[in-house]
Amino acid sequence: MLQPEIAVLRFGLGARPGELAAAGADPRGWLRAQTQGEQPRAGSSPLAPSEEIFASVLAAREEHQMLKREGSSDEQIKAAANALREAYQPHYRAQVLARAQSAALTARPFGERLVHFWSNHFAVSADKGAIHGLAGTLENEAIRPRINGRFIDLLTAVEQHPAMIAFLDNQISVGADSPAARFAARRQPKRGFGINENLAREILELHTLGVGGGYTQTDVTSFAQIITGWSIGGGKGRLAGGTPGRFYFRENMHEPGAKTFLGRRYAQEGQAQGEAVLADLARHPSTARFIAAKLARHFICDDPPPAALDRIARAYLKSDGHLPEVYAALIEAPEAWHPELRKFKTPEDFVFSTLRALDMTPQKPEEVIHSFDLLGQRQYTPGSPAGWADTARNWDGSDALMHRVLWSSRVAERYGQGTSPPDVAVAALGAFARPDTLTALRRATSGGQALALMLMSPEFQRR
Amino acid sequence: MQRLSITRRRFLLGASAAAASAAMPNVLFAATGGQSRLVVVILRGALDGLAAVPPYGDPHYADLHRDLAIAAPGAADGALDLNGTFGLHPAFEFLHQRYLARELVVFHAVASPYRDRSHFDGQNVLENGLARPLGSADGWLNRAIESLPGRASPRASSERAIAISQNVPLILRGEATVLSKSPLATPDVDEELLSRLADLYSKDDWFSARLSEAVQSEKLADQLTDPVDGAERTMDGPAAKAVAKPAVDRLTGAARMAGSVMRSEGGPEIAVIEATGWDTHANQGGAKGTLAGRLRGLDGALHALYDELGPLWPNTAVLAVTEFGRTAAMNGTRGTDHGTGGCAFLAGGAVRGGRVVADWPGLSANALLENRDLKPTLDLRSVFKGVLDEHLRVDAKTLAARVFPDSSEARTLHGLMRA
Repeated sequence: MLQPEIAVLRFGLGARPGELAAAGADPRGWLRAQTQGEQPRAGSSPLAPSEEIFASVLAAREEHQMLKREGSSDEQIKAAANALREAYQPHYRAQVLARAQSAALTARPFGERLVHFWSNHFAVSADKGAIHGLAGTLENEAIRPRINGRFIDLLTAVEQHPAMIAFLDNQISVGADSPAARFAARRQPKRGFGINENLAREILELHTLGVGGGYTQTDVTSFAQIITGWSIGGGKGRLAGGTPGRFYFRENMHEPGAKTFLGRRYAQEGQAQGEAVLADLARHPSTARFIAAKLARHFICDDPPPAALDRIARAYLKSDGHLPEVYAALIEAPEAWHPELRKFKTPEDFVFSTLRALDMTPQKPEEVIHSFDLLGQRQYTPGSPAGWADTARNWDGSDALMHRVLWSSRVAERYGQGTSPPDVAVAALGAFARPDTLTALRRATSGGQALALMLMSPEFQRR
Repeated sequence: MQRLSITRRRFLLGASAAAASAAMPNVLFAATGGQSRLVVVILRGALDGLAAVPPYGDPHYADLHRDLAIAAPGAADGALDLNGTFGLHPAFEFLHQRYLARELVVFHAVASPYRDRSHFDGQNVLENGLARPLGSADGWLNRAIESLPGRASPRASSERAIAISQNVPLILRGEATVLSKSPLATPDVDEELLSRLADLYSKDDWFSARLSEAVQSEKLADQLTDPVDGAERTMDGPAAKAVAKPAVDRLTGAARMAGSVMRSEGGPEIAVIEATGWDTHANQGGAKGTLAGRLRGLDGALHALYDELGPLWPNTAVLAVTEFGRTAAMNGTRGTDHGTGGCAFLAGGAVRGGRVVADWPGLSANALLENRDLKPTLDLRSVFKGVLDEHLRVDAKTLAARVFPDSSEARTLHGLMRA
């Protein structure tokens, strides 16, 4: 009972027409199949790679800053600001559209949800100037190809992606005793080159051990020293080197020498030192628990039972962070198949499941951008490195509900004609469609009204 | 000379407050029903208190904060003076006016009881009112609402508070129902759809409750005398400015929204606004630059709130707080990392202002916490308790038992409000 529905609604992104039947024969097998192999982006929108975006935006940013420095006329500065916006905006818009198209169309919706899950775990926010236009590249370049591999590979790819490095300011973090800092100190003795702790702290707190995972301020500072030199290629003069817009280890910015972190000594040279720390972090029991807790919260309920969490964490440790085996523990967890829909959809869940239920594929970025503006989850802008919250109480404000009603009625006006909302409801919700809801849809005064009611029904608002 | 005297611990509570500030007649009090209004502005991301409120008189300040330090008043781009020791960042023009009008108290070396350096746990402690990040799903301001004295106006709605956002932040979550309304206008939703939806939700309490709150918020917004401008963007509207919409515009929009909703007939007495963008790890800037732009945005938003509240300002207190301060020393990338002690602001016509409240520990190497942060000498909960006690008249027993349990070490700070 309800097993195909749960597989498609809770683990997937909501049913496309016919999908409940496709998952019906073997719901768990249907899910497991998506934890193997590649997770290709569905849809055909072309996306520029990060190095290309980085190079074009960098040139426009430098022009803008140079004009400001030189005290050029307001008109010139404004024109340069516009040019900067024009450099990154098309990329942001293309990434948002491609994301929605893939969510609408994919035949591997559990895998797609996992892409979104990890993208939120390793959140960057496009509202930070340095990564305008780059946020979506982290998801597509570092995360999407690695969701079905080992956590260490995913972690390393993310922490070495230019979007993450720029988001958390590591490209300019310099070891105080590094050759670069000593050289600079001779020329600008007052300037004080050194580290900042941003990336190091958030890797520990948000990407691996979790807050309370057993590290101290000393560990944060030490880890920040360890990853000095993890930077981005390009730049001029003494900062030249590497491919512009690609990860580049700047040996001359790296704090030399062995360091101690979490009570262990790391004597590796250069880039390998940070990679050795990441490997140990990926293997740490706190990381296993932290990731298990986030998965359980995402797929089971806001306050998941500790027993389920323990089983997922054990699968993580036993497999040395091999993610398909972690997902398997989740799929096998009876708690994840609870017959009650306990997760209140985020705006993202709501929009993507609507696209799938109505078999719609957005064609213009504006459609997607305006929808998420209205619903309060502007894509790739969680605003903080913690990502979007994953519990109902962060999304269930009364004003948020009214915006959902508004959005539903707009969508329904446009797409309500010529559909049979009760049939749409059954195809999208299967046995979760309540008799009361179906009756209300049949009694509605128009197709549009019925469709809006369907989208706003409690069973469609949850997963 | 005063600039040197600060190296010793000096209790500055009320140090520069003139006696004259105490007894300003409040003619508008009666006309507005006399209800006190409270606006809490949460500055998420950890504001650098040493930039926002530069202790220019501390002999170690300039050396530690280096490029990010604000010069003494009188110097080019210098601080706006408060009391000969502390100043305000030059972007705080409006706040400085309020200080001179004795409507602003500036707190320094203040912190919540949280002593680690995670934004997210720090914000939890700031909002849950406990001494630890977990352990409460509701916020101190919500718990305070339950014990507020009755409303003056019989026409008032039952909801006493509003979050100026789509969703309710932790500080306002809890048993007392609160409204939420974002500055993003919702064009009218079809009444019939709403009533059919109410029927559809009749067996689902969770959705029922939210829908009725939503309908009530809409009614309140409909009464606004002048709509909040610049906020309406719809699915069919002009293309949004993609990602680059400046947070400062949003903040001013939210402040204006708060003011106009509170001023409307039967409007809520308490509002919460959130502002992000304070996490300045790199290229923070000094009198000009990134942080300066944010501070100017905050100053402008508070000015907008003041304008919008108009006749209610004399009954108002505005609290602006952040989860923790930042490192005393500039880091290696011309920014600051997560710290501990910082600043807080209490502004409003109801505030006994024109004072800096700071038991200044100094910035010498021995005085710093863990050799890096401004050491907190005042618990933010003391400030919160003082405001709830004297401004909102929450009784002492409730404050101690319900609103801030385990806060006996954070004694209520008295004398913050005008008599």
